[in-house]
Amino acid sequence: MAGKSAAKKSSGSAGRKGAPAKKSAPAKKAAAEKKAASADKSPAELRRYADAPVNKAMSKSDKRKAFVDMVRIRKFEQAALQSYQKGKMGGFLHLYIGQEATAIGTCALLGDHDHIITAYRDHGHALAVGMTMNECMAELFGKYTGCSKGKGGSMHFFAPEKRYWGGHGIVGGQTPLGLGIAYALKYKGLQGCCICFLGDGAVNQGPFHESLNLAGLWDLPMIYVIENNRYSMGTSQDRSSVYPEGGLAQRAEAYRIDWDTAHGENLYEVRAKTAQAIERAHKKSRPTVLEIATYRYYGHSIADANHQKYRTKEEILEYQRNRDPIMVWQRILKEEGVLTEDEAKEIETEARNEAKDAIRFADESPFPPESEILTDVYHSVDNPGSHTNQGKIFFNDRLPWE
Amino acid sequence: MALITYRQALKDAFSEEIERDENVFIMGEEVAQYNGAYKVTEGLWEKYGDKRLVDAPISEAGFIGLGIGAAMMGLRPVIEMMFFSFVYVAWDQAVNNASSLRYMSGGLMNVPLVIRGPANGGTNVGATHSHTPENLVANFPGLKCVVPVTAADAKGLMKSSIRDNDPVFFMESTLLYGEESKVPEDPDFLIPLGKADVKREGTDLSIIAHGRSVLVALAAAKELKKKHNIDAEVVDLRSIRPLDEEAIIKSVKKTNRALLVEENKPYCGIGSQISHLIQRRAFDYLDAPVHRISAVDAPAIYSPPLEKVQLPEAKVIVREALDMQNVKA
Amino acid sequence: MAEIIEMPKLSDTMTTGTLVNWLVKEGDEVSSGTMIAEVETDKATMEVENFEDGVILKLYAKEGDSVAIGEPICAVGEKGEKAPDVGKKKKEAKKAAEEEEEKSSDDDEEEGGEEEKEDSGKEEQEDASEEEDSGESDGKKEKKAKKESSSKEEEKAPSGEDDGKVRAGETESTEKSGDRIRSSPLARRLAEEKGIDIALVKGSGPGGRIVKADVEKAAKEGTAAKDSAPAKKDAAPAAAMPVETLEAKELPVSNMRAAIARALVSSKTEAPHFYLQTEVDGAPLAALRKSLNDGLAELPSAQGGIKFTVNDLILKASAEAVRRVPAINRSWKGDKIVQHGDVHLAFGVAVDDGLVTPVIREAQSKGLRRISAEAKELIGKARNRKLKPDEMQGSTLTVTNLGMFGITDFYGIINPPNAAILSVGATVKTPVVGKDGQITVGHRMKVGLSGDHRVIDGAVGAQYLAALREILENPALMLV
Repeated sequence: MAGKSAAKKSSGSAGRKGAPAKKSAPAKKAAAEKKAASADKSPAELRRYADAPVNKAMSKSDKRKAFVDMVRIRKFEQAALQSYQKGKMGGFLHLYIGQEATAIGTCALLGDHDHIITAYRDHGHALAVGMTMNECMAELFGKYTGCSKGKGGSMHFFAPEKRYWGGHGIVGGQTPLGLGIAYALKYKGLQGCCICFLGDGAVNQGPFHESLNLAGLWDLPMIYVIENNRYSMGTSQDRSSVYPEGGLAQRAEAYRIDWDTAHGENLYEVRAKTAQAIERAHKKSRPTVLEIATYRYYGHSIADANHQKYRTKEEILEYQRNRDPIMVWQRILKEEGVLTEDEAKEIETEARNEAKDAIRFADESPFPPESEILTDVYHSVDNPGSHTNQGKIFFNDRLPWE
Repeated sequence: MALITYRQALKDAFSEEIERDENVFIMGEEVAQYNGAYKVTEGLWEKYGDKRLVDAPISEAGFIGLGIGAAMMGLRPVIEMMFFSFVYVAWDQAVNNASSLRYMSGGLMNVPLVIRGPANGGTNVGATHSHTPENLVANFPGLKCVVPVTAADAKGLMKSSIRDNDPVFFMESTLLYGEESKVPEDPDFLIPLGKADVKREGTDLSIIAHGRSVLVALAAAKELKKKHNIDAEVVDLRSIRPLDEEAIIKSVKKTNRALLVEENKPYCGIGSQISHLIQRRAFDYLDAPVHRISAVDAPAIYSPPLEKVQLPEAKVIVREALDMQNVKA
Repeated sequence: MAEIIEMPKLSDTMTTGTLVNWLVKEGDEVSSGTMIAEVETDKATMEVENFEDGVILKLYAKEGDSVAIGEPICAVGEKGEKAPDVGKKKKEAKKAAEEEEEKSSDDDEEEGGEEEKEDSGKEEQEDASEEEDSGESDGKKEKKAKKESSSKEEEKAPSGEDDGKVRAGETESTEKSGDRIRSSPLARRLAEEKGIDIALVKGSGPGGRIVKADVEKAAKEGTAAKDSAPAKKDAAPAAAMPVETLEAKELPVSNMRAAIARALVSSKTEAPHFYLQTEVDGAPLAALRKSLNDGLAELPSAQGGIKFTVNDLILKASAEAVRRVPAINRSWKGDKIVQHGDVHLAFGVAVDDGLVTPVIREAQSKGLRRISAEAKELIGKARNRKLKPDEMQGSTLTVTNLGMFGITDFYGIINPPNAAILSVGATVKTPVVGKDGQITVGHRMKVGLSGDHRVIDGAVGAQYLAALREILENPALMLV
């Protein structure tokens, strides 16, 4: 079969030993034997990846920081939820609670030329790359001090200077954009990669498949991280997707792309698998599809009133009790003697206070002035003198505030 | 000044810009090895290689999205649509993403992208391949839209579009690729976006058009002068957004009559925007109601003789102009 | 420090939530993540999550309460701490929520039920004038008057100016209305600048429109100079005289108006209405009423003293007529039609800003005296807003009466789930042609019927109206 030989040619690292969950195209049988992490009901073997190079290299303070970062995401999201419920923000609010280890496990590994782009459940990644709670909360509140001056909202956070190219609102729409970032890196001859996060619902969007083909075809340093929280809105994976036994990531085989799966509650595992993908991107300029089995405790968005209708309370509780990424990491750190119970409590309190301060900051910040409606539409309008346009760009007879 | 075709003018623009800026590359279906479905990029791949001329699979959403992402990173992609009609399969990328990213990020990102290709009817390729979506595109704040008719305009506007920091939709015409006109050879010959051009001076009425309709308008103007001694001014918009309102108003104030011609469909077409503009800003200068001519409001018909009728013809422009002057044909 | 837990916004469209069930009680320990209550929103019943650590100090909201977003539902604090008083906060939140609701239902304001100013509970016309705000009918009159005057203006317009210049086939009315002269904006501006009376210029444009060339020609020839150009300018201040305006305001949609709007929109859109009308000789009824009241009105009630209204008699007759045509007493139930064994007779009573329809139960079995007494009691309750919901529910037929306003004929909107509504007009003196061909002064009353065509047909409605007319014209029949 043509596909097989092509796969062999490209996947130099295929079938590497010592990474049991790692799969590649020729390892079809191996994939079939393995259960996808997303279908795996048993909790991760927590120490299995502790000795991966990227984890061995972690100092005590790195480990502690990872805990702090995950807790900060959770407290931020809880504060956001409370504020939403108090009517402080409009529209949708997609919470990241339950998935924290994915953002922290991946984003902590980013180098100078590594970029990320994600979909609309974007707060976790924003904090993970170092955006402040203040600018994020203010954006949720629609305030001028928000990361996008209040123009983007919950689904549209951006921080290009942190190589964070945004939250994107349309399912799957970010996947070719991420591809373009990877393309630009390669074009510029930079050793970097783009991690493009997407949900398990996005894998059925055409653009994702088109971009997979292009990524595979053109050897782009692209890492698609499927954050599989098992439900594309209210539709379970079984009802939304045809997928191979190896999981959604195995679809990558069709595009001659290496793929892998990871347990999303185990930070060590997420880091180890991500590091492999980054290495592949940097050294071979080859893409990876990495599927991370995770779970969201809340509905698809705040407006998803029926999330307990399509999944059981027991299922949610099971995750919260046994596979909560923060709890799991805390247990690991306790065993390793890195973090005591009291220290953990203190970190939680600090994060909660930081989130409360962010709410205060957002509350006290002004809304953007009306004139802001007409800025940031065109570069040539914001930068008079540097443009070549002569004609009229906006078509208002009279502005409402005039 | 050299007498060259519209096609050659575009090709020259690409060559010059590729050489001028290492961030410029061209991507699309059949643009490289095949030399372009309409030979607009002929020879460029041989000259500039795989990096600057990239053949993409039939994945418009994929590679337009890629173009936006690459543009966010500072590259200047020129994405070819074999037919502009194909942009519809990538609508989310082309319109939703390209128009909004700068805004939603509060100005943190730019999308210096050109999406180009032929957008015209008149070649009997049927409804799905004959769209002229300049009105749709122009409706999105954040997007720009240019529609050149002469070789010189094509070159000057293409070079400006590539250098522009916002997404520009550049609409050509397969019927114009072979049209010749004189083009300056200066490598920095630029035509600013948003500047209309008076293609024919006149005193009795202003025919305002864009794209290939400008040629039709010029033919009509010739006949109006010859047979009826009516001096029509022909204003070529060249750029739909940004729009040169001043040129329109200036001409209408001079002739007191406006006849709008476009190959587009009439409903919410460019003519409706301009018509509004004229009544708003030149009401007291109007000596007749504004008239519009556009494609007959139906999907593009295949049947060759009928498609000819469906699109604006010179004789219809003449008829309408005479009606506005209350002259019997 | 106690934290007050407020009703959360649980969906993008929620404004209030009903506290269905408390999952905690006062004194319970809670921590972040504890589900404390179940709240029914506009979308679903959802659990409310608590984010504070401590004990429940107080539950402010009771199960079943409808609570606006932001209104306190409970307090969490340290054990033994006193729960804060939230009286003031509660009011503020409520007010905000109400404003929100008003905003969202503003659009429906106009839909209040066109004909629902009916008041069959009142009978004497003199009562009506002092009690009814006839705002709506005034408004209508005003509109009508406006319409008339504008059409008059159009008629007044001289048409001689354009004679012979209008091209055949031109749509005259769109281009030329009233005394408007067809001219291009440019021609008008030039005429103004050159001091030319545009009315005197001959147009050469399409449809005789005056264009630039015509004005220029007139200026050159000096044929149309204005002789009183400044006079027009002087006249301007007159137009600046203060204009009297009526009060403009926005009114909140009360619950009653909202209920009326809902019920009647659904009736008028779901039930295919048909309309019948009959004319009744009102003289016998008036004579009967006079003789009854003459004999009874002055008597003490212990001795049976009572004063009957026309409406009492109509109600009695309406119920009586059902005995003859029981098919009128039906209801549409979607998959079946129910014919009721009793006549539960509703009648419209106007109240401030609305209309209620109290019901006289089993009216077919009640005598005139009883009906009159019950009607009076129900009217009294209605005006004092004391009607209980079950006194307004379960009707099978409805009677409305606008006779006291001098309305002679109208048609009501069916009061669901009735099959018909009767609309009773004023009894008016009118010339009638007697059997002998002689014209005499008659007393005529028009009774309309709106029927639900899903349930009954025109024939049933007609039979019923005929029976009713028979009884009204021979009112002794209702006394037996």
